[in-house]
Amino acid sequence: MTLNVNEIRKDFPILERTTASGSRIVYLDSTATSQKPVQVIEAMNEYYRRSNANIHRGVHTLAEEATAMYEGARERIAKFINAAAPREIIYTRNTTESINLVAYSWARANLKAGDLVILTEMEHHSNLVPWHMLQAERGIELEFIPVTEDGLLDLDAYKALLTRTPKLVSFTHMSNVLGTVNPAGEIIRLAHAAGALTLVDGAQSVPHLQVDVQALDADFYAFSAHKMCGPTGIGALYGRTALLESMPPFLGGGDMIKEVKLRSFRANSLPHKFEAGTPAIAEAIGFGAAVDYLTAVGMEKIAAHEHAITEYALDRLEEIPGVKLFGPPADKKGGVAAFTLEGVHPHDVAQILDQDGIAVRAGHHCAQPLHEKFGIPATSRASFYLYSTKEEVDLLVTGLYKVKEMFG
Amino acid sequence: MDDLYREVIIEHYKNPSYRGKLDPHDISFADNNPLCGDHIQIDLQVDANGVVADARFDGHGCAISQASADLLMETIIGKPLQEVKHLNKQDVLDMLGIDLGPVRLKCALLSLKVLKAGVYGLGEASDSLVE
Repeated sequence: MTLNVNEIRKDFPILERTTASGSRIVYLDSTATSQKPVQVIEAMNEYYRRSNANIHRGVHTLAEEATAMYEGARERIAKFINAAAPREIIYTRNTTESINLVAYSWARANLKAGDLVILTEMEHHSNLVPWHMLQAERGIELEFIPVTEDGLLDLDAYKALLTRTPKLVSFTHMSNVLGTVNPAGEIIRLAHAAGALTLVDGAQSVPHLQVDVQALDADFYAFSAHKMCGPTGIGALYGRTALLESMPPFLGGGDMIKEVKLRSFRANSLPHKFEAGTPAIAEAIGFGAAVDYLTAVGMEKIAAHEHAITEYALDRLEEIPGVKLFGPPADKKGGVAAFTLEGVHPHDVAQILDQDGIAVRAGHHCAQPLHEKFGIPATSRASFYLYSTKEEVDLLVTGLYKVKEMFG
Repeated sequence: MDDLYREVIIEHYKNPSYRGKLDPHDISFADNNPLCGDHIQIDLQVDANGVVADARFDGHGCAISQASADLLMETIIGKPLQEVKHLNKQDVLDMLGIDLGPVRLKCALLSLKVLKAGVYGLGEASDSLVE
């Protein structure tokens, strides 16, 4: 059973629109943020139109409805990644905040000067900077699993690093530039054998692959709604119950407490302990609707569709003289094609493609160290999702020939 | 939109007249555009009367940033430093002869920021220098 992309596209009203010059939008920037189906937009609208109230404390009809919708979304999100219980899903603003939660709460309670945290050379800035900050504050040590020329993690180098008894291994499940899908299960198994905990940046993997946090045996797993058909402003941190229970609260305030006295407080139980203040309620409901949408389409079908598009795109792009692709071949990566075009800066590539409504990203994609590793300041990046088509890849290729002509 | 890549811009990007370094120089400064990693270095030779005797830029970046750097060098050679200090955003847009959105404006203004930070002897090429 393959995915019917024409039916899927009907769910995304934005794909119908045109630019000022009359070109239809060709959206090839889903790695930055995905488009949203009507089902998600309507779920949030419906909440504001019918059920808007603050959650948890109220006893009136609206407050009960809002609470049920907010917590119901959490249950479905937990199920989506196969968490053992809804309390293991902490709502955050996004993947970045999820990683920061671990860095502020778990790491500051457990790491001291000299303790080693292992990261990788392909990390997004969101999984680098929180650790740089902790390094400056605590004097922890950082080491990086190298990336090979093919865009894969060097697992032999990783095994060598593990002999130095790290406390934490924090890595991306799928690179937002190279598209590399890392062997998360193996990385986690090796980390555990060395006595380290693991934190997985799942911003790119959860939207595109069937993720099972229990099968992976992940300790922490971070992801964002907006890259998986949901709204911005909401994300999640998965953590094992025992681990989350052992951690001090992150932000203090309303809803995260059981009891407050003038000079003291007792923290609430999970997951509320980590959710201070009125949260993004409509967004959480939208997150739940996004999970429902992806589940209804089927994650396996989505992954197969993206794989077919990516394989086609890599083949077509490779045909273009002067195009250099980065990252592994299609069977080891998700729906991302980062490339350079000889003699033309990626910004100019993106700008000229935009003339025909083609949206790609140009820059270092919040992975500056990775670009330095490959000796380039920037790349252009086309990325694909369940609504992407081969016709859109063809338009990209035509657009790139136009760029070449202009810079001839 | 096609205006953005006017012949003159592509021409200055592909065949710049003032790309390179000056040794010796009286003023040299370099900085990046954090958005895209564009890098510009500008070297100046200034004569006894405080007039720019020669100027060169070096670095890498998009057509807009490199073409505007080349045009900027052409403009300032022969001008007193006092006058260079007063160049602003509009002057660069006039040189390029195009209108730019907020993102690409940063590309176009990088060279002027670097130039003014160098002339004023500042540590950083900040946005406030060109507004």
